[in-house]
Amino acid sequence: MTRLLEPRAIGMPLERLDGHAKVTGTAPYAFEHALRDPLYLYPLEAAIARGRMTAIDTAEAEALAGVVAVMTPRNAPRLAADDDQELWLLQSEGIHFRGQLVGAVIAQTPEIARHAAALVRIAYEAEPHDAALAADRDDLYKPEQVNPDYAADTDEGDVEAALAAADVAIDATYTTPMEHNNPMEPHTTVAIWEGGVLTLYDSTQGAHSVRTTLAPVFGLAPDKIRIIAPYVGGGFGSKGTAHAHDVLAGLAAQMVPGRPVKFALTRQQMFWLAGYRTPTIQRIRLGAGRDGRLTAIVHEVIEQTARFKEFAEQTATSTRIMYASPNRRTSHRLAKLDVPVPSWMRAPGETPGMFAGEVAMDELAVACGLDPIALRIRNDPAADPQSGKPWSGRKLVECLREGARRFGWDRRAPNPAARREDGWLVGMGVASSTYPAYALPGSRATIRYGEDQRYVVRIGAADIGTGTWTALTQIAADALGCPIEAVRLEIGDSALPHASVEGGSSGINCWGSAIVAAARAFRGQHGAAPVPGAEIGAEMPEDPEAQRFAMHSFGAQFAEVRVNADTGEIRVPRMLGVFSAGRIINPRTARSQFIGGMTMGLSMALHEESVLDPRFGHVVNHDLASYHIAAHADIGDIDAVWLDEVDPHSNPMGSRGIGEIGIVGAAAAIANAAWHATGIRIRDLPITPDKLLA
Amino acid sequence: MMPFAYERAADPAAAVAAVTGRPGAAFLGGGTNLVDHMKLGIATPDRLVDVSRLPFDRVEALPGGGVRIGAGVRNSDLATHPLIRSRYPVLAQALLAGASAQLRNLATTGGNLLQRTRCVYFQDLTTPCNKRRPGSGCAAIGGFTRYHAILGASEHCVATHPSDMAVAMAALDAVVVVLGEKGERRIPLTDFHRLPGEMPDRDTVLEHGELITAVELPALPFAARSAYRKVRERASYAFALVSVAAALDLADGAIREARLALGGVAHKPWRAVRAEAALRGAPATVESYRRAADAELAPAKPLAGNAFKLPMARNTVIAVLRDLAKEGGA
Repeated sequence: MTRLLEPRAIGMPLERLDGHAKVTGTAPYAFEHALRDPLYLYPLEAAIARGRMTAIDTAEAEALAGVVAVMTPRNAPRLAADDDQELWLLQSEGIHFRGQLVGAVIAQTPEIARHAAALVRIAYEAEPHDAALAADRDDLYKPEQVNPDYAADTDEGDVEAALAAADVAIDATYTTPMEHNNPMEPHTTVAIWEGGVLTLYDSTQGAHSVRTTLAPVFGLAPDKIRIIAPYVGGGFGSKGTAHAHDVLAGLAAQMVPGRPVKFALTRQQMFWLAGYRTPTIQRIRLGAGRDGRLTAIVHEVIEQTARFKEFAEQTATSTRIMYASPNRRTSHRLAKLDVPVPSWMRAPGETPGMFAGEVAMDELAVACGLDPIALRIRNDPAADPQSGKPWSGRKLVECLREGARRFGWDRRAPNPAARREDGWLVGMGVASSTYPAYALPGSRATIRYGEDQRYVVRIGAADIGTGTWTALTQIAADALGCPIEAVRLEIGDSALPHASVEGGSSGINCWGSAIVAAARAFRGQHGAAPVPGAEIGAEMPEDPEAQRFAMHSFGAQFAEVRVNADTGEIRVPRMLGVFSAGRIINPRTARSQFIGGMTMGLSMALHEESVLDPRFGHVVNHDLASYHIAAHADIGDIDAVWLDEVDPHSNPMGSRGIGEIGIVGAAAAIANAAWHATGIRIRDLPITPDKLLA
Repeated sequence: MMPFAYERAADPAAAVAAVTGRPGAAFLGGGTNLVDHMKLGIATPDRLVDVSRLPFDRVEALPGGGVRIGAGVRNSDLATHPLIRSRYPVLAQALLAGASAQLRNLATTGGNLLQRTRCVYFQDLTTPCNKRRPGSGCAAIGGFTRYHAILGASEHCVATHPSDMAVAMAALDAVVVVLGEKGERRIPLTDFHRLPGEMPDRDTVLEHGELITAVELPALPFAARSAYRKVRERASYAFALVSVAAALDLADGAIREARLALGGVAHKPWRAVRAEAALRGAPATVESYRRAADAELAPAKPLAGNAFKLPMARNTVIAVLRDLAKEGGA
């Protein structure tokens, strides 16, 4: 058994330790670091989707007062490694997608930089581009693996025979649109090149992962790059990896040594330079007996990637573990398009995959005449269907039952379109949720006892608004057996001990484990009454026990939906999520993360859709007026609760991670509730009024 | 953003003089639309003449029951003004349906009338747009047209006017008071905005240098029973897919008079004169409302991406009239 911490500070609903600094505006985000004599960068972007530049006229821009330099492929510093084409900037005249960074103006003010950028004239030799995803393309291919390292396809048993013999069968295609992460804080980098060291004040989910990625690109030793990111205004995956803007700022800094170069993407630029979720086309086939017991599951996914770089979202992987079935097939096929490269976004894989899978389960429940909760319970697997391993704790059934009790599921009419109030059709829906418990290797923490009788705990972790500052302090306090006031945490800097990326809901699991290891080593070496200056460091230990279990979090999402009988407008007055995610470190910040995820799920269900115009190759609704996310008025009574539990196998905290499970299944619950309200089955997101117009 | 000069107008005549004859000059009111356009390069004025401090900040009762609204009155102040709330609830509701609280605190009455389409291609310098660059073509046709016109469009432009306020004002027979070099002129709101035709770059009939000083609402006692209904995907902070402004004058179960205007369907606030004619004298029944809606929408030509607007507009007209009549006890 993993040696579990005794929770004292853990489990307390501590207010955010950084809350005061944030609400008073004194917590510096990337752009806000007070640096002497900064310059400002505005990028040049390609106006075609494929081809090459044949001429760049920078004369007018360079003549403008206040312009320090105009950087193009002609004069940009050389980069060292081209393995990641997204980061191979300004090294040639080639264009891979519309909006690609092809240069930059560096100027005394942001206004001058932007004005000058508009004066640069670029001539192109355009080639025909291809930016339209479709299921009937003849060039779809099977990737070697899907993110992060799953098999692209699986096939167990004989699904075709099982489907042919099934009493009840579902065969439907579900689609989710291209979606953009849209954190509040834009992607921002302030770069300084001084004495052969590149320093980046960056808005990132991983100081060390950015350093590791950029060092070879710039041909620098890792200790010649430093990333500083104490506060980050959201990322949702889009700041999990270095993007092209980091490189552009770094190149610009090399042109003006000693001067900080500030670069924040505009909201519009975030729609092609910072990743996005691929659109998906998902065909699901289910076979079952009359009792609803699954005999076959097939989940076939079609999605897109960029021609110049592959990213393959793992859309069908949740189907491999969700329900018991002797026959199962999953597959992923990609189209290579002349578009920006997709990336991580808000539970990549699970989010679109569980939309399709959980609506399909609702359809199967209807076809079998079963309550959708009863259907899910009936198909709950005793062990992981994929690996055969025992679960470290699968409590989906408990989540469904607890949610049903709290939500008033027993008041739900068995038939759709049965309830009407004041011109609104009212329905309830449910869906399951799941997310894997990832443990990324490589985190290290140090602990030093200071003259002020406080323990300085150092690790290069990230807080992207989730509460890391607070939760890690709580973990450190319990690991050291001291009050939280005696802990001084330092995070958000690659000069600190190495930390894994804030991604895959793994941050607290990994960083917390490293801190616990360091604390135990510290007490082992220095005892309960250390002398000032006592210090020790430790790595996150490997956990062979974890390999014996299938470790996933689960949850149940409930939604009540109202659809206007005249206009088709759809609103969600009530949402409830019940989650099983191991031990919760801080109930206050955890609740915020859960309902934040559920809000993103509602937003996905009803609003979010990036419209890529294939004639041009870019997203045309590229601002927050036309790319809708849920507004305050769209969120009604939303609540998240969790089972009081500890995962004894995951790590010393007993946690499994909560960053992403809140969004998973939420869109399906809303789609299922919309069906229950109206009798109309929507399989294509988002669910907009036109699709529900009677 | 292009560099520009800024001056604050001392009085209305000076403001008009400062812009007339200077093709690059523009009035600055709340700036909620113009400043965005300057950042994006859609508007490139070389001089801004700030009119936000001119004495156009009052809402006054007119003799005979009308109301005069200064062009500088903020949307938020207008929405909550007792004269507007009591005499023209349709206008108060329309204002509150628009934008966000922060924007309404800045946006002015005159500026709201002059805001430009939110067509994504108009706002994107990298795509063709006849409204932004005459003769360059219309990228919306064949593209993303979910928010575009179904009535009165041309082959040159299918954009919609984004204002909610103006839709209510169109229903209320508002008059736009304008000051130019040659003095004042009064333009009925329904003639103020243009259909695109062959000159989609011209949104209104205003001449360069003409300044809106006020909007007058004539007396309309039955507008005390009026309503604005905005249909949109999210519950706030979104432009209309379709909107309906309506006022009903009922007597003995029949419609004496009706006022109806639609938003989100055309290049201008769409006064529904055909529907009004169909309603006049008709019984206050759902069947009458349906006939009126069908009459208005008969000439509609939906685009590939907005065919849903036809049933949506039809249903919403029926629903608004039905609910208004119900309120009136008919």
